[in-house]
Amino acid sequence: MATETETIQSLVDREYKWGFVTSIEADSVPPGLSEDVIRLISTKKNEPEFMLEWRLNAYRHWAALEKSDAEPKWANIHYPPIDYQSMVYYSAPKTTTGPKSLDEVDPELLRTYEKLGIPLREREILSGVAVDAVFDSVSVATTFREKLAELGIIFCSFSEAVREHPELVKKYLGSVVPYTDNFFAALNAAVFTDGSFCYIPKGVRCPMELSTYFRINAQNTGQFERTLIIADQDSYVSYLEGCTAPMRDENQLHAAVVELVALDNATIKYSTVQNWYPGDKQGKGGIYNFVTKRGKCLGRNSKISWTQVETGSAITWKYPSCILQGDNSVGEFYSVALTNNYQQADTGTKMIHLGKNTRSTIVSKGISAGHGQNTYRGMVKITKNAEGSRNYSQCDSLLLGDKCGAHTFPYLEVKNSTAQVEHEATTSKIGEDQIFYFRQRGLSTEDAVSMIVNGFCKQVFRELPMEFAVEAQKLLGVSLEGSVG
Amino acid sequence: MLEIKNLHASIEGREILRGINLSVNAGEVHAIMGPNGSGKSTLAHVLAGRESYQITAGEVLFEGKDLLGMLPEERAREGVFLAFQYPVEIAGVSNMYFLRAALNTIRKHRGLDELDAIDFLKTVREKMKILDMDETLMNRPVNEGFSGGEKKRNEIFQMAVLEPKLAILDETDSGLDIDALRIVADGINRLRGPDRAMALVTHYQRLLNYVVPDFVHVLADGRIVKSGGKDLAHELEQKGYAWLEETAEPVKSGVSVR
Repeated sequence: MATETETIQSLVDREYKWGFVTSIEADSVPPGLSEDVIRLISTKKNEPEFMLEWRLNAYRHWAALEKSDAEPKWANIHYPPIDYQSMVYYSAPKTTTGPKSLDEVDPELLRTYEKLGIPLREREILSGVAVDAVFDSVSVATTFREKLAELGIIFCSFSEAVREHPELVKKYLGSVVPYTDNFFAALNAAVFTDGSFCYIPKGVRCPMELSTYFRINAQNTGQFERTLIIADQDSYVSYLEGCTAPMRDENQLHAAVVELVALDNATIKYSTVQNWYPGDKQGKGGIYNFVTKRGKCLGRNSKISWTQVETGSAITWKYPSCILQGDNSVGEFYSVALTNNYQQADTGTKMIHLGKNTRSTIVSKGISAGHGQNTYRGMVKITKNAEGSRNYSQCDSLLLGDKCGAHTFPYLEVKNSTAQVEHEATTSKIGEDQIFYFRQRGLSTEDAVSMIVNGFCKQVFRELPMEFAVEAQKLLGVSLEGSVG
Repeated sequence: MLEIKNLHASIEGREILRGINLSVNAGEVHAIMGPNGSGKSTLAHVLAGRESYQITAGEVLFEGKDLLGMLPEERAREGVFLAFQYPVEIAGVSNMYFLRAALNTIRKHRGLDELDAIDFLKTVREKMKILDMDETLMNRPVNEGFSGGEKKRNEIFQMAVLEPKLAILDETDSGLDIDALRIVADGINRLRGPDRAMALVTHYQRLLNYVVPDFVHVLADGRIVKSGGKDLAHELEQKGYAWLEETAEPVKSGVSVR
């Protein structure tokens, strides 16, 4: 009995494959946060006055929150207090004049991506994916721009959008996640250094998956990206976000904000594979991933679909949500969250039904291994006017071993009697009996675990774009060790 | 094919097998009978490599190789198959996917080409018919929502697909109604052959009416206390196990038998 548990344990104990640090000279501001630092960031980024104003307002709001100790503590996660004054809030690789093509990109940087298995060049040629790669805080390569521009699609770094499309940024920035939303959203609004911006004009179906690879590199630098995607009437876009970070000892704070806006009949599909450094087997190091992601179905018949595969980070605090404002709008959330060793995840979604006949689906799959703690926290809120609205939620937990935990906190708030809300939940465990059954049929423990885990996640993987689904399966296999096929 | 010599095994410090000696040749069918708690199922699981049991003495040779030194999956690939008494359910993994992965692993080990989904389906279709199995079962998760009888049939079906050299059937007859028993027995009989050995672990003699064994062994208190031909099973049916248990040599508890 002990031996089989140990075998599962040893599979689960694997080294983070992608821990390495690229030595590129970084241009950083001194650690700490103050109005001066905010001004410095804004100046370095050549931002217009309105951005600086917004940042300063956010900073003041955040500073007040910090003073009153308003950092959120309700999540089922535990970590030592974060010293916000010891962090560096801006860091950019020193190659400041933006490269015009990949040939101009620092070869060291390109090699880093290659180690990650995402050679930009190949992606560009073979996969038809336009990659806006964020290395630390400044976008270093944006591809397929011209092709997208022909269709009127804007896909660029956030800084560029601030400079070149200030009217769009002004209109939508903070319209879904205002800086007053929460502690980390306020911090992000004050100090965010870059991110992606995407605008799909009326009636345009974006012909390729838009993708951004984020990577945290410079030591001791919290990364604060901000992503804003606007899908105008009758448009469609599928956006992919994937990331991995190098090995490091100190915890790094990552507080991103993602805002999505879908107008009439528009659809936004947002897929994430998150694989930041989870810390070592003893729970030392790793990324704190405190992210605010929210989409607003502003128009009628609009749809926002979140799919996430979360395998990395020491701590994940993340609730990609949908505000279903337009009548008949649809919100979806498909999630796989895996916690291993001492990882903690408190993740889920909020579906806020405001419009009539709005529908939402939640499928959450939590996998806990080692000493991992996995929490699903979800809210379904049907407001008074949301007549005929429906929600279906399914929360499944899978446990590997006997030292991990799974927790489920569903909140349902229904204020309209015509609504239909369903919630299903299961908890299962990969048992020694199951493993032995596989082995008796000639399959290794590793195969057994990966087949069971992949079977468990099938419903979510189906929602990912093909390429990403393969990557996600691989990631899951690597995170639990194994040859996932 | 299988040579068990003075096999001792215990679980959590309690000795269950106390010196088993048994040889099984290719082409033979052996029935292993005995009262509850005599160690029948333990023997089946020890041969399959269940790691919760500690082997305290003895050896087992399978085709001359040290069986006890192999991992469970290595034993399976070498051709040892255990039909479980209580087959587990595996959510999310379809029967088809599971069995094809198993078959291909074993085929690879034997130096054969792996089968793709289409060839695999061809191979299994015929075998499903023999066991009167509904093809839709293939797309369902392994054993999930199967009735007791369907689970047992599925075990024999897997055996038919994997074509083991040595099949150990642990209480395959339990929980089967008479029609299902006949179908399962028919499936087992079709798999009898000169190159294959079988060990039927059973409490009752009724399976042996359909699958006639070459040898019958009676296990009591962790040892084989009597061996004989097929008639021994009938004798047991009439007399019960008690008369044999009395003749078994008592083993003092706590005394090492090494």
